[in-house]
Amino acid sequence: MTTTTTPPTRQAEPIANSLTTGILPKYVPWLLLVTSWVIVGSVFVILMAAGVNENFNVVGAVFFGTVLWVIVNYVVSRVYEGPRPAMNRFVTSLVSLAFVIALLPLISLLYTVISNGIPRFDLPFFSESMRNVVGEGGGALHAIVGTLEITGMATLISVPVGLLTAIYLVEYGRGHLARAITFLVDVMTGIPSIVAGLFAFAFFALILNQPGIRFGFGGAVALSVLMIPVVVRSSEEMLKLVPNELREAAYALGVPKWLTIVKVVLPTSIAGITTGVMLAISRVIGETAPLLIIAGFTQSMNYNLFSERMMTLPVFVYTQYANQGTDAQAYLDRAWAGALTLVVIVMALNLVARIVAKVFSPKLGR
Amino acid sequence: MTTAPVKPAAPPRLKAKQRPGDRIFSTATVAAGSLILVTLAAVTIFLIAQSIPAFTAEPGDLKGGAENFWAYVGPLVFGTIWAAFLALLIAVPLAIGIALFISHYAPRRLAQGLGYVIDLLAAVPSVVFGLWGITVLAPFVQPFWSTLVDLFGWFPLFAGPVSGTGRTILTVAIVLAVMILPIITALSREIFLQTPKLHEEAALALGATRWEMIRTAVLPFGRPGIVSASMLGLGRALGETMAVAMVLSPQVLISFALLQSTNPTTIAANIALNFPEAHGVGVNVLIATGLILFVITFAVNFIARAIVNRRKAFSGAN
Repeated sequence: MTTTTTPPTRQAEPIANSLTTGILPKYVPWLLLVTSWVIVGSVFVILMAAGVNENFNVVGAVFFGTVLWVIVNYVVSRVYEGPRPAMNRFVTSLVSLAFVIALLPLISLLYTVISNGIPRFDLPFFSESMRNVVGEGGGALHAIVGTLEITGMATLISVPVGLLTAIYLVEYGRGHLARAITFLVDVMTGIPSIVAGLFAFAFFALILNQPGIRFGFGGAVALSVLMIPVVVRSSEEMLKLVPNELREAAYALGVPKWLTIVKVVLPTSIAGITTGVMLAISRVIGETAPLLIIAGFTQSMNYNLFSERMMTLPVFVYTQYANQGTDAQAYLDRAWAGALTLVVIVMALNLVARIVAKVFSPKLGR
Repeated sequence: MTTAPVKPAAPPRLKAKQRPGDRIFSTATVAAGSLILVTLAAVTIFLIAQSIPAFTAEPGDLKGGAENFWAYVGPLVFGTIWAAFLALLIAVPLAIGIALFISHYAPRRLAQGLGYVIDLLAAVPSVVFGLWGITVLAPFVQPFWSTLVDLFGWFPLFAGPVSGTGRTILTVAIVLAVMILPIITALSREIFLQTPKLHEEAALALGATRWEMIRTAVLPFGRPGIVSASMLGLGRALGETMAVAMVLSPQVLISFALLQSTNPTTIAANIALNFPEAHGVGVNVLIATGLILFVITFAVNFIARAIVNRRKAFSGAN
């Protein structure tokens, strides 16, 4: 019973890298993506040649090409790598697609706003009101002034209230009151903007006893209802970041608590608070519904917050679109130019806020 | 042993000197904090006060010839919830995908920038979304809707006749979904990033692929967060006004059909469209519908925040 094992005659195959065997090279998914686009594109070309479609459908080609890619990618990986890596690749492609899909509306929106807004984004748009304008011409100066005044007033109300509340929550607040405020501030961030407008209307209509009241200050109050919770949240986060050692050092030197807050805590966190306030402004400056209700709309200039209707930029965009006159294109152009102005303001506020946060934040740590 | 041991007199407690500056400052902060509670109470009280006439309104005062207030507001409540539900159905899977992409798939250095890009969507004013929805999205999706009706018209949701303008409730739901994407994404992303690193590494060390790691470590950890983020998004979608008001042509009816030209409208859009011309009891009726919207969104947000807060206590994230 002797068995002689024949020595392996097969030559040992050179293993390139044991960690990467059985794994598709990195370029394969991209190659498959391009291939499936080309395949679907050529199908569309054939359909076009056959006279089914009149012109080349780019959106359709990319869409069906991508769907084909997701499937092919899964199948190829399943054949070469096995079911588990295939599932992994499948999910990866879906997740990446979700991100790309979210980008599409943003790109489309920015492109549309810019290309439609440019024709009337000119000097008269920023130097004239709509008084006695029918059809072409006119501008949004009255709306821009109104937006600046109402948003400015809302900021003047919201920042002290919001900041003091945040200080209360971080420095003083203990117990039931603090917990209730924290919770209700969170809930308040979800108040629909139109309800804030209705509240301002109901409040002033009862207090001043004018059933059809419309004025700018009411708009500022409505915006404050929306803005205060945002300011509280962001300021609270920033105040919490101030290291406790700074406060303790101040107390040890005998500085009163309120001076510690004013001279030590606030200066340390001022950059973050500024960022939060600017983001809050950028959130309320585009609000339409509450201003439509309490500030109303008008074609004329009104500098006085406390009497008469006041135009604002979002409401201007809406009314230009909704009440198109005889020369509809002129109204649409003005609406788009207003939309472009709004988007530029909001993006600029966002950008500056991020720069402030980056440049002026205190350098903690050594 | 009848006398209790005499305790040594406690040392006199040192009380910090009360300075006027401290008093004024702390009172001011308490006042500011209480002002928030007062505001919320005032919103409720004044809305109720102005709504009372609406509850006894005569049929002649209600638009569309409804018999009483509740018959008038019923279809509006339906439209509000239906549109928000559709938007949520589109937005939640997308938002989870985006949040996963940013937290676990994108290259580390790009991740924060990509987060900002998604946040930019949140900054776009709703009136601009309305303009975009009506001039770009509605004509773009109309051919798809008519194909859907041709192929799946037998299914009640896609029943014909198809709207010729594309201005249907499904189009509105897409616009709303885009608008609530950023908040759901931002919250889910933060929750996903809080997943304990050790759980992830343990999963990977056992040979899990990236997806298996996410399925076994990240998603179970983040599930309550996803639920509450979705509910906050729902709150936003319920209250969104301008996009709905601009894209839909107003109708007050109950209908589940997604692609027809008659669609149920929402409370907020109905207020925005009718308030400028309303007078007399009409104003009170609109305010009363606003009160109902307020109650619905308050309840949704309340539940969502309660879930978040309960989660916070256990996660050790703070």
